[in-house]
Amino acid sequence: MAQKVSTPSLYAAREPVFPRRVKGRFRTLKWWIMGVTLGIYYLTPWIRFDRGPDMPDQAVLVDLAGRRFFMFWIEIWPHEFYFVAGLLIMAGIGLFLFTSALGRVWCGYACPQTVWTDLFILVERWIDGDRNARIRLWSRKWDPGKIAKRLFKWSLWLLIGMLTGGAWVFYFADAPSLAASLWAGTAPPVAWASIGVLTATTFVFGGFMREQVCTYMCPWPRIQAAMMDEDTLTIGYRSWRGEPRARHQRRMDAEAHGDCIDCNACFNVCPMGIDIRDGQQLQCITCALCIDACDDVMRRLGRPRGLIDYMALSDEANERAGGKPRPAWRHIFRPRTILYTVIWSLIGVALVYGLFIRSDLEFSVAPVRNPVFVTLADGTIRNIYELRLRNKSPEVKSFIIGIDSEFSDLKLSLGDKLQPSVTVMADSTYLQRVYVLAEPKSRPALTATTPITFWVADKDGGRTYHVKSVFNGEKR
Amino acid sequence: MSPDKKTVTPDEEKEIETTGHSWDGIREFNNPLPRWWLWTFYATIIWGLAYMVVYPAFPLLKQATQGLIGYDSRASLEEDINVFKQANAPLDTALVSTALEDIGARPDLAHYAATGGAAVFKTFCAQCHGAGAAGAKGYPNLLDDDWLWGGSIGDIHLTIRHGIRQEGDDDTRASEMPAFGEILERSEIADVTHYVLSIAGSTHNPSLVNSGSRVFAENCADCHGPEGRGNRELGAPNLTDRIWLYGRSQQAVAETITNGRKGMMPAWQDRLTEAQIRQVTYYIHQLGGGE
Repeated sequence: MAQKVSTPSLYAAREPVFPRRVKGRFRTLKWWIMGVTLGIYYLTPWIRFDRGPDMPDQAVLVDLAGRRFFMFWIEIWPHEFYFVAGLLIMAGIGLFLFTSALGRVWCGYACPQTVWTDLFILVERWIDGDRNARIRLWSRKWDPGKIAKRLFKWSLWLLIGMLTGGAWVFYFADAPSLAASLWAGTAPPVAWASIGVLTATTFVFGGFMREQVCTYMCPWPRIQAAMMDEDTLTIGYRSWRGEPRARHQRRMDAEAHGDCIDCNACFNVCPMGIDIRDGQQLQCITCALCIDACDDVMRRLGRPRGLIDYMALSDEANERAGGKPRPAWRHIFRPRTILYTVIWSLIGVALVYGLFIRSDLEFSVAPVRNPVFVTLADGTIRNIYELRLRNKSPEVKSFIIGIDSEFSDLKLSLGDKLQPSVTVMADSTYLQRVYVLAEPKSRPALTATTPITFWVADKDGGRTYHVKSVFNGEKR
Repeated sequence: MSPDKKTVTPDEEKEIETTGHSWDGIREFNNPLPRWWLWTFYATIIWGLAYMVVYPAFPLLKQATQGLIGYDSRASLEEDINVFKQANAPLDTALVSTALEDIGARPDLAHYAATGGAAVFKTFCAQCHGAGAAGAKGYPNLLDDDWLWGGSIGDIHLTIRHGIRQEGDDDTRASEMPAFGEILERSEIADVTHYVLSIAGSTHNPSLVNSGSRVFAENCADCHGPEGRGNRELGAPNLTDRIWLYGRSQQAVAETITNGRKGMMPAWQDRLTEAQIRQVTYYIHQLGGGE
């Protein structure tokens, strides 16, 4: 028989959130970070960087067709993708570092979802008014005035979404010429599709889903629990100071009440729609707007700031007993964060070192194994190799090719080419098929495998590059 | 929905029906599927039905249903192929009108011929000559420097066009190593086998070489030459080198002499376009054995 049981709900339908405007130091910081990050995002593709003729002059460019990644003076080829992987690992560890020190601070200030949502709320506030006006508009019938406001707001959101998607595609092509072709309607379909998808996601995520994205779609809040501990600075409510809260402004018996006047300012400004006085919770993105709101109220009440504040759980008992909290830097610099910083820096140093030691030439040798060797009419054993030379420098380079082995019977041949040398164009890869011949009945001709070393030497002086390979003889 | 202050707790308790099934105290919830999920599911069903009407779908006895828009994967493939054919047409024309020897001097043609020729080779030639062109017993290795009919690009071209021993083709390469088993005595075959092994530089019985050389001069020298160096006019192989199409063990050589060899190769002039033949000709010539 069916029966009923109680169970926690895993998903809650969205309650609309109408964050009130707030002023304060964290809000100011947030405005600055929003300006800087959006500025970086929208302007980066337009920075020019002179790389000489026949090279793109865009400072940051992901050239998928040419399979190059340009970032100012750094040029990454596809086989050097470990640089990008290293940066991603650094980004991950950086996230661990910030989370263990300051909780979801990335989410609160720098995450694109937060930044664009903030921007969308700014537009919303400009058109619909602040919190109370927005709530009134929300519950109003769909009269022409409301429809006009909504259409205006949505079209501005769409415009921002389009600019967002539009800026994205500029990272993948020459920005001025792509902009021109977008304007003329002749841009490639993939550009239009990318803009379309990013417009749609920005519009829906920033305009309508907002905090639902952070709570239900983003994996990070689930992971952050493992990254935070009792020493992590998160946003908390000093309940020992605030409770018992009382709503009446005229508090006759001030001694009997805490500082919290239950004005809900902290709840009203929260973009996640949570009440921080319930304690640190999964939804909190540590944006600190509630701190600004509460500080403002405390100032007007003539009470000290910090009823809601950045604080660590480990200080709770101490503070309750009247002690002082540990200074913030003691929370930020502790073994765990120092360890993260060390790992992060090591990877960074390794990447920078890798950037400096990598050479302008990549040289690789691939023996042709189908067949492993060819017997010529006079009994000579011939092996075929494919030499790949990647000239990453902006100059044409010529190389002499040679082999070293302990047997003098091995000879290098470049087919019909007389000189054992090749010329490699600037910024390109050159494939040269070469033959190595072993005289009839010589040691390498009769041995299964003989180690040999190929080398190429820069004709204009410069480095010699070596690659080890093997010569396959008749197996006897 | 009212935006009044209301704490949303994720752990809000809810009454959920169970199916009544219970295993070791573990009960099964009777949770309905989320609406969005259900609607997505219905949408896929509608999509699927529409797809079956619009595109070919149900296999019938002879043919599948044709669909409303007349889509045909074969026709669309042909379209794609035609696009590439048209794009390559100028190169094909240039390839056919350029002298074979001059293809290598034009980088665009050489690249086109080498890559296109590799595809032609893997489609039509690899079955006998191997994917890497190294051949096999009875199927010549195209990477070495020994050519029955000549290894110049013109020779290779002629061989591919007309094949080997193709009846009805006047220009075909015609070779016929007779079966000497019916002409010579067993001992004579043994003698000449050891003589051939001796000029090939292989292990042999020296006492038979003298008599073998006489047998060779009388029966074999007409085609293979007095010194056994072969004759490309007749496709007679050079017997003094290290490359042996059918092997150079005593047994293999004796078998060749006794039963003869009748290698064949299809003529490709009617099956491939001239441009394709020239592509694969150039490809083979540049593999490393071309003369």
